[in-house]
Amino acid sequence: MSGHDVLALTTDVLIVGGGMAACWAATAAARAGARVVLVDKGFVGTSGVTATGGPNHWWVPPDPAKRAQAVEDRLARAFDLAERDWMARIIDETWRALPELAGYYPFDSDGRGGTFYSGVRGPEYMRALRRFAADLGVSILDHHPALELLVDHDGVVVGAAGHARLDDRLWAIQASSVVLATGGCAFRSGLIGSHGNTGDGLLMAAEAGAALSGMEFSVSYSLSPAWNSTRTLPYFAARFFDQEGRELDVPPPMSGEAAHLKALATAMIEGPVLADLSDAPALLKQLLRRIQPASMPPFERRGVDLFENRFPIRLFGEGTVRGTGGLQIVDEKCRTSVEGLYAAGDAATRELIAGATSGGGAQNAAWALTSGRIAGQAAARAASQRKSRATARGRPVGGAGLRPAADARPIDLSPVIPAVQASTIDFDGALWRSEAKLSSAKARLDLLWRDIADHAYATGIARIALREQAAMVAAARWVCASALARTESRGMHMRTDKPGLDPALGARLLTGGLDNVWTRLETDIVSQRIEAVA
Amino acid sequence: MIAHIFEDRCDGCNNCVAICPTHVLDAGKDGAPVVARIDQCQTCYMCELYCTSDAIYVDPDQHHLHVVDPQAILESGHLGRLRHDYGWGREAGGDEGHLSDFWRLGPLLREGAEIAARRYAGRKA
Repeated sequence: MSGHDVLALTTDVLIVGGGMAACWAATAAARAGARVVLVDKGFVGTSGVTATGGPNHWWVPPDPAKRAQAVEDRLARAFDLAERDWMARIIDETWRALPELAGYYPFDSDGRGGTFYSGVRGPEYMRALRRFAADLGVSILDHHPALELLVDHDGVVVGAAGHARLDDRLWAIQASSVVLATGGCAFRSGLIGSHGNTGDGLLMAAEAGAALSGMEFSVSYSLSPAWNSTRTLPYFAARFFDQEGRELDVPPPMSGEAAHLKALATAMIEGPVLADLSDAPALLKQLLRRIQPASMPPFERRGVDLFENRFPIRLFGEGTVRGTGGLQIVDEKCRTSVEGLYAAGDAATRELIAGATSGGGAQNAAWALTSGRIAGQAAARAASQRKSRATARGRPVGGAGLRPAADARPIDLSPVIPAVQASTIDFDGALWRSEAKLSSAKARLDLLWRDIADHAYATGIARIALREQAAMVAAARWVCASALARTESRGMHMRTDKPGLDPALGARLLTGGLDNVWTRLETDIVSQRIEAVA
Repeated sequence: MIAHIFEDRCDGCNNCVAICPTHVLDAGKDGAPVVARIDQCQTCYMCELYCTSDAIYVDPDQHHLHVVDPQAILESGHLGRLRHDYGWGREAGGDEGHLSDFWRLGPLLREGAEIAARRYAGRKA
C-alpha cells in the first residue's frame, strides 16, 4: 500500500454504491444543484444485481382508481408492515422518472403501438444511468470501495473513506450528506451479480449508530442451472425430476406459502434435481435469445439444449437482495436514524412498500429508483443548508477488520461463509427456521465476530475483502437476532416452531449494534417518543 | 469463470480491467490483461459484453475452473456471440430492434406460470 498517497476530496453529496439506486440518487442530487461524487466498489454499469438482470418497474398509469387498486392489492399481501402513502409515492415517482432516461436508454415497442418503459434490460439500463449521471456532472469514481464512514463530534455523518483498488491508494471524501446505496447482502451465495453485495453499507452505517429493520425477511432464492446463476424467465413452466427420472410433485411458482420453493428445496436436500423446460411457451423458445441473451451461454457452451435436454438446477440464495431487510428509514426523505446519512435501494428496508414479502421484481426496482431519487434530492437540499459541515473533519468510525480491538493477528476466515449462510442461504436453516437452529447459528456467528473484531487486520487491497467478511458476519448476526425475536411466521420469515401470525408482532422489527446486537419492535420506539413528548 | 483471453485478438485497451465489477483482471505490462484474481470472478459475462475485440471467453461453470482448448473455442462461434446478441455497440447504426421484443418478458413469464398451474391442477385432479 502506498499509504502516503491519499485521494482527498470535499463535496456536497457523497453517494456510496453504483447500482440503480445509487445512480438515481446521484442524478437527483445533481439536479437539485449539489456537487455530487459517487464511489462504487466495482464499475458503474456492470456492478450489482441490476446490471446482470432485467428489472421491471411497478408501473400503474395515473388513473386514481387504478393506482388505489394497485396499492390495496399489494397492501393485502404485505402482512401489515407496509404503508399506503409510501406505495402511492413509489408508483407516482417511477411513472415520472423512467421516461426521463429516453435520451440514454433505447426504449422500444410495448407491442401495442406505444413505448415500453417499465421493463429494462440490465446492461443497457445501467449504461444509460451512468451516462445520465455523467452528463449531469456527477463525478463517478469506479473501483473505489468505501470501507467506513466519517463522523463529526456531534455524531453526524460527514463523509466516508475507503481504498481505491485499481490504484491501490486510500481515499477520504468529506461531504455534507452521504447516501448509502450499497445494495443488499447475498452472503456469497453465487447469485448472479451479487459477488460485491456483502452488506458493507449496513456495517458502515451500524458503526455510525444506524438501526436496521426487517432483517428477518431475508429468505429468497432464484432458480438457475446448477453451474451458473442466471435469470429465471425460462423456468416458470418447468417440470422437475429426480436423478432416477421420477417426476417430482412441485407446486407451480407463485403458489403462496413458498410451496414451490420448499418442494424444490426438500428434493434438493435429498439429491440432484433436474429441470425439463419442454413445456415452456412456444414463443419463449423462439425469443429467449432476443429477450435475455445472457440466458443462452450457460447452455450453449455446455452443448445443452435448454428446451430439449434435462439439466441439473440449483437455488441461488438472494439474502436481503430480494429479501426486504436493510437500514431503517425514519422519515419521508429516506433518512436513516443517523443525521447526515440517507439510505436507498436494497441497502434500505423495503418493508415500507413490500412488508414481509419480497415485493417481487417490479416493486423492488421501483423502490430502488424512487428511494434513490428521494434520498438524493433530500441529501442535496440538506447539504445546501449546512455547507459548513463539509469542512468539519470527520473521524473514521470503522471497527471490525480495520481497527482490531485487541492484538492484530492472522485469523482463519474459512468458517465465515458457512456460518453466515446457515440462517440465510442453507435450506434447512433458512426455510425451516426454529429457535434451536437460529440460536446455534447465532452462537457460531458471535464467536466469529469476536475473533474478527478483536484481531483481524489486513493491509493494501486485502482490506476490502476482509471488510466484506466482517460485514457479512454482522449482517447474518442481525438476521439471526431478528429471526429469533420474531417469534411467529410472517411472509418470507417462516419458523417451524412458531407457525402462525402473532397479532402482537404486527410491526416492523428493528435491530442493530455490533458487539451487542439488540432488537426492538418499531412500535416500542414510537410509544417511547410519545411518552417523552407527554 | 474467465477461461481464456485471446492475446492475438486483444488490442490492449484494458477496458475489461476497468469494467469488471469484481476486479478480476490486472492491466498487462504490454498487451493483454492478466487474470489476477479468478476467485472473484462471478461468471457474469460483462467482460465479454464490453470487449470490442471479442477476445475473452468466459466458461459457464462459476464454481470450477476449466482448462479449455482455445482452438475449439475459436471454431465454436461462441466468441463475440453474446455481444452480438445484445446488439451492444451497434445501436448507433440504426434501429436493429434489439429491444423490440423485450416487452414480452412479463407476459411470457406469466404464461409459463399458468402452464405450470394448469398442469399441476390436472395432475391433482
